[in-house]
Amino acid sequence: MPGPFQYFILVICSLLEASVLVCALATHSFRRYLPLNLYMGVRLLRGVIGVWVLTHYGFTSSEYKYVYYYSDALLTICLYFVVLHLFSHVFDEMGAERYLRFGASLLLVGTAIFSYLAVHEASNKLITRFVVEMSQNLYFIGLVLTYVLWGAMLKLRESRTQLVQLVLSLGIHFSAFAANYAVANLHLQGRGIFMYLTQLIAIWLPAAWTYTLLRTPADARLVPARLAVVTHR
Amino acid sequence: MIAGLILAASLIALLQFFIFYCRSVIASSSTQVLSVQTRDVTGIVDARVGGDDFDRILELVQLCPERREDRLHVRFIRAYYELLNLLRFTFARMFPDVGAWTERERGGCAYFAAVTLDHRIAFSRNLMAQQMSDRF
Repeated sequence: MPGPFQYFILVICSLLEASVLVCALATHSFRRYLPLNLYMGVRLLRGVIGVWVLTHYGFTSSEYKYVYYYSDALLTICLYFVVLHLFSHVFDEMGAERYLRFGASLLLVGTAIFSYLAVHEASNKLITRFVVEMSQNLYFIGLVLTYVLWGAMLKLRESRTQLVQLVLSLGIHFSAFAANYAVANLHLQGRGIFMYLTQLIAIWLPAAWTYTLLRTPADARLVPARLAVVTHR
Repeated sequence: MIAGLILAASLIALLQFFIFYCRSVIASSSTQVLSVQTRDVTGIVDARVGGDDFDRILELVQLCPERREDRLHVRFIRAYYELLNLLRFTFARMFPDVGAWTERERGGCAYFAAVTLDHRIAFSRNLMAQQMSDRF
C-alpha cells in the first residue's frame, strides 16, 4: 500500500488540479483556455477513480496498474489537444486554423495507429516494459510538439506572458516525464524511485498553471526572445 | 538505445524550458512595484537589488505564512539561483560578459523574492484582518 507521504502528494495534486479550475473561473479565463481546463477536470476525475480502485483492489493489483497506466496514456493524448489549442492561440491572427485542424487530425490518426500497433505487437507483455515504453514515446511526442510551439512563439514574437508561461510549464512537464519514463525504461529495477518521482513531477503542471492564472494578468506582456533582459522599474 | 536518446534529448529540453520558465517568472515579477512595508523590511531603496540579497530576502519570505501556489516557484527560482551561482564561479571567471549577465539574473531572482515577500505580507495582513472581523 502507498505510504502517508504518497497519499499526501495525491491530495496536494488533486487540490492543485481543482485550484486551476477555480482560478480559471475566478479570472474569467475558463472559456479562453477551455481544453486546458477540461484536461484538469479529467485529471481530477482520474485521481478520484484512481483512489477508488486503489482502496478496492490495492496498490499491487493489476487493476490499479491498468487504470493508472492507461488513463495516463489517455491523459497524455488529451494534453496533445491542449498543445494544439495553444497553437491556435499563437496562430490566431494568421488565420491558420484550417492547417491546424489538418495537423490535429493527422496527429490523432498517427497516435491512434501507433498505439494500436504497439498494443497489438506487445499484448502479451502488458504492464511490464510495454506501458513504460509507450508512455515514454507519448511524452516525447508531446515534448517535440511543445518545442515546435515554443520555436514558433519565438519566431512570431509572441508576447502574452500568460501564454508564454503556460507553454513553458507544459514543456517542463513533458520533458520531465519523458526523461523519467526513459530512466524507468533503462532501469526497471528502480521502480520504487520511479513511482515516487512520477508523483512528484505530476504536481508541477497544476501548480504552474494555478500560479500563472492567479498571478499573471491576461493582458501582461513580455518579449520571449529577450527573456534574458530583465529590467526593473 | 532509443530510451537513452530520448533521455538525453529530454534532459536538454528540460534544462532549456527550466531556464526560459524561470526567466519569464522573473521578468513578469520585475514589473510589479513593491509596497512601502516590503521596502522597509528588505531595505530596497530604488528597485535595484543585488544578487547577494537573495538569501536574506528568502529568509524573510520563510518567516511569513506559506502559500501553496507560490511554494513550488520559490523552490524553482532558488534552483535557478544556485545554477547561476555555479556559472558565476566557473564560466564567469573566464568570460566577463557571462559574469555581468549572471549578476543581472541574480538581481532578478532577489527582486522575485522581494515580490513574493510582498504578496505574503499582504496575505498575512488579510488573514489577520479576517480573523479580527470574525472575532467581533
